[in-house]
Amino acid sequence: MAVKTIKVDYLARVEGEGALKVIIRDGAVASAELRIFEPPRFFEAFLRGRAFVETPDIVARICGICPVAYQMSAVQAIENALGVDVGAPLRDLRRLMYCGEWIESHTLHVYMLHAPDFLGYEGAVEMARDHGDVVRRGLALKKAGNAIISLLGGREIHPINVRVGGFYRTPRRRELQPLAEELKWARDAALETVRWAARFDFPERERDYEFVALRHERDYPFYEGRIASTRGLDIAPDQFDAHFEETQVERSTALHARRKGGGAYLVGPLARYNLNFDRLSPLAKDAAREAGLGPVCANPYRSILVRAVEVLYACDEALRLIDAYEESEWPTVGTPPRAGVGFGATEAPRGLLYHRYQLAADGTIAEARIVPPTSQNQPSIEEDLRRFIGGWLDLPEEDLRHRCEQTVRNHDPCISCATHFLRLELEHGQ
Amino acid sequence: MGSKASGRRIVVGVGNPDRGDDVAGRVVARLLRDAPPEGFQVSEKDGEATALLAELDGAAAAYIIDACASGAAPGIVSRFDAAAAPLPSRTFALSSHGLGLAETIELARALKQLPPICVVYAIEGGSFETGAPLSPPVAAAVATVAERLRAEIAARVETEEARHA
Repeated sequence: MAVKTIKVDYLARVEGEGALKVIIRDGAVASAELRIFEPPRFFEAFLRGRAFVETPDIVARICGICPVAYQMSAVQAIENALGVDVGAPLRDLRRLMYCGEWIESHTLHVYMLHAPDFLGYEGAVEMARDHGDVVRRGLALKKAGNAIISLLGGREIHPINVRVGGFYRTPRRRELQPLAEELKWARDAALETVRWAARFDFPERERDYEFVALRHERDYPFYEGRIASTRGLDIAPDQFDAHFEETQVERSTALHARRKGGGAYLVGPLARYNLNFDRLSPLAKDAAREAGLGPVCANPYRSILVRAVEVLYACDEALRLIDAYEESEWPTVGTPPRAGVGFGATEAPRGLLYHRYQLAADGTIAEARIVPPTSQNQPSIEEDLRRFIGGWLDLPEEDLRHRCEQTVRNHDPCISCATHFLRLELEHGQ
Repeated sequence: MGSKASGRRIVVGVGNPDRGDDVAGRVVARLLRDAPPEGFQVSEKDGEATALLAELDGAAAAYIIDACASGAAPGIVSRFDAAAAPLPSRTFALSSHGLGLAETIELARALKQLPPICVVYAIEGGSFETGAPLSPPVAAAVATVAERLRAEIAARVETEEARHA
């Protein structure tokens, strides 16, 4: 039995640390483990005993890439517990902010993390040497997303302007106009991105996933909706715990989620797209069709294309929201404390993000539960590795490692993040 | 988009404020912020690559301070002329999503956005634990780096002025 270890650069300033272990016996993949050994971060415990008004600022610290998602699931869950409805104008403003996060997060992944896999480069730096204009386009597109979050969130990373009940400050209509000009350019750039990604050579690999995503009566979902699956699940967010469970596995400090009585499922762009194609804007639908995507896509290697379509949708939707924006008289609605339990589910760029809070009568958080998309996708990522890489075992080890990493990167995991820092152990046994 | 010859001169402290010695670069920036070298803008960044790239784009001179983890003793200071050669990537920690300072600088170089003067001061960290304060040797090093940086910038300005006199 031979064990080969490929080490990568030392990590210090990371939001996640991960490793892969693939065991190959008799020419077949015997097991594949995604190991996450980032220390537990105890956010749910930090929240206990804090006033509910502190929640958006605390949960924004969970992730530097998708803080808006954490804020949006949190404020909705707490507003649910308080019996508060912020109303359409504030809701639309939150959707606009979410557009910004999708644009920046997806664009980062598409251009800097995932595209090098398809174009044969070690990473974004090498790709930039040959495709400078493309990378510049990606950076400028991402910047348009940052601009939305800066304006509505007060700053680009870990925004500070979101509060339970609305915002601390809402923008004047005239403040949104420069943003609209930038977004018109971004929408064109996003369309070019879809066309560019459509020319990649995608491995032909599909699986019969159970896709789980929000489904809303009107919108392509990021801000709200019921939790639906391609196998018939259709529940309100307050039923999440009745249908999903998290378990601990030794190899990971992130919990693994499964359907109760079922198995692994997949959240993220493919799930949203497959459950909500009909909710995309006409421009995004046309671009998807032109790129060769049907209304259903079960090939995770094409997720880069679906992300590009979602960036286009987010630019289009942001422009629609800005056009329709009416200044609210008040940036927030009243949120008197009361005892209760509340639930919130939104679509982080990587997938469904569920929050539940139990509040005491004075508004103190008695209990908090946060289920991030990466923990939900871990079992499916491992299953992808088991199912997909069998056909590539004859490749040289470097190429095989690359295929393994690409397979993980398909799902843009946030904890173990993506680019070239997975330590891979290949164990060949008889 | 693209490089703009703005002639900005910048000092950027890079790091995560909540991970022990990782904040060292930002502390140096704070020491310089109240009385910045003449003509220089001083800022702090968390190390996210695209934000740092945007900061570098169009700058005439950039002095960057970051924590590093090369295996040397905590508090050791290294200086790199990043305009002349790539940083040793093993010295600098990777940021989230795998684009650390060394990669960001190479990305800027590939995109022809690297300032013609680009100097990196690296302070060897001892502890990167969540919520930890600066370790004593790193706390001592940040003041030294702030003074070295002031001296280097002053000397360069003097040289430039002499050249133009």
